[in-house]
Amino acid sequence: MDINATLIGQGLAFAILLWFSWKFVWPPLVNAIEERQKRIAEGLAAADRAKAELADADQRAEQEVRAARAKAAEILERAHQQAGQIVEKAKVDAIAEGARQKAAAEAEIASMLQAARSDLRSQLGSLAVLGAERIVRREIDAAAHRALIEELANEI
Amino acid sequence: MIDFLKAAGDSPSEYVTHHLKHLQVSVGEGAFWTVNIDSLAMSVALGVLGLGLFWLVGRRATAGVPGRLQAFIEIVIEFIDGQVRDVYHGSRRFVGPIALTIFVWILLMNAVKMIPVDLPPGIAAAAGSEYFRAVPTTDLNITAAMALAVLLLMLGFAVAAKGAGGFAKELFTAPFHADGPVMKLVLAPANFGLNVIEYLSKPVSLAMRLFGNMYAGELVFLLIALLGMAGGNLLMSQAGAGSWIGGSLAFLGAVVAGAAWSIFHILVITLQAFIFMILTVVYLSIATEHH
Repeated sequence: MDINATLIGQGLAFAILLWFSWKFVWPPLVNAIEERQKRIAEGLAAADRAKAELADADQRAEQEVRAARAKAAEILERAHQQAGQIVEKAKVDAIAEGARQKAAAEAEIASMLQAARSDLRSQLGSLAVLGAERIVRREIDAAAHRALIEELANEI
Repeated sequence: MIDFLKAAGDSPSEYVTHHLKHLQVSVGEGAFWTVNIDSLAMSVALGVLGLGLFWLVGRRATAGVPGRLQAFIEIVIEFIDGQVRDVYHGSRRFVGPIALTIFVWILLMNAVKMIPVDLPPGIAAAAGSEYFRAVPTTDLNITAAMALAVLLLMLGFAVAAKGAGGFAKELFTAPFHADGPVMKLVLAPANFGLNVIEYLSKPVSLAMRLFGNMYAGELVFLLIALLGMAGGNLLMSQAGAGSWIGGSLAFLGAVVAGAAWSIFHILVITLQAFIFMILTVVYLSIATEHH
């Protein structure tokens, strides 16, 4: 239990070990730990960032979808409108065409009627003349009766 | 059979004194110039082993996923770093390695205690050497050397923190502060005396605490071994049923007590290493503080 030179030896050994540990042992281990802590912190930050970005992208996608849906609705609406317009126009056109054809037919009918009338009238005239001739054969005064007959014909 | 007790006729006190003798080598004139080669060799070997392991792991330490060994080493480093961080509020560039060296080294030196008390001297005897004390921290030289080194570190830290002039001034002006120059002069010797006592008491308490705990533990282990030996001798004497029962009881008692004391010493080994480390850090922290 006496104090002896072991003290000096142990002191020297301690000094050497302290130096060794300060120079070669402590720094690499602590550096490795700190480096890993930094990496983990960076990883966590990156994960947070990615999550935020994902949320952002989701929001943007939703916006896009909403815009597309609105646009589709608009296009549909416009198509409906256009279809209505076309139908309306067709209706109007059809009515106009109908009216036109009706008018043409009426005009034709009227002209045909006129022609028939005039034909009839002329035939009636000659018929009347013929009749009158027959009558006149008995009692000739064509001129006097002609006015009468024409008046008759006009009444038809 | 009981050869490893040297001789069956050895008295208990001879057994104990034998086990407490160092293997010594004389390196010069006088009693001081002898070296306890057993404790010094064990201490150096354990220091090289422990810090060598840390060094090997540190050399290929990766900041990526650590292996099991690196993870274990890092747990130790982080534990020590955390303890130091709590106590010492400066750069841990020096204090960290100091705490690490002290903790790992003392822990390993204490852990030699887990080897049965008769084994190292037995091996030494087989190798032709009469004495061998395996636990370095049961040698006051070892603990005193480390405590003195801590004292030198304290002085170094104090001078580095305050400058040589500031440190010298503080030795004479703290802890008792005075206003007038006369009172300062009066209080200077008291201050100086107190500071010297304070600086000396710290390493003394460090060295004595560790040495005392380990030495006392070693003594108890030796006494337990003696109990077992007495039991064994009684059993071997074959002097009737009484000796048989007494011998069995003594032997059983030695086994139970040895196991219990060993288990308790797992705590003591760790605790003493931890106390030495943390007190060193505390002392260094105090040494750098300005008063």
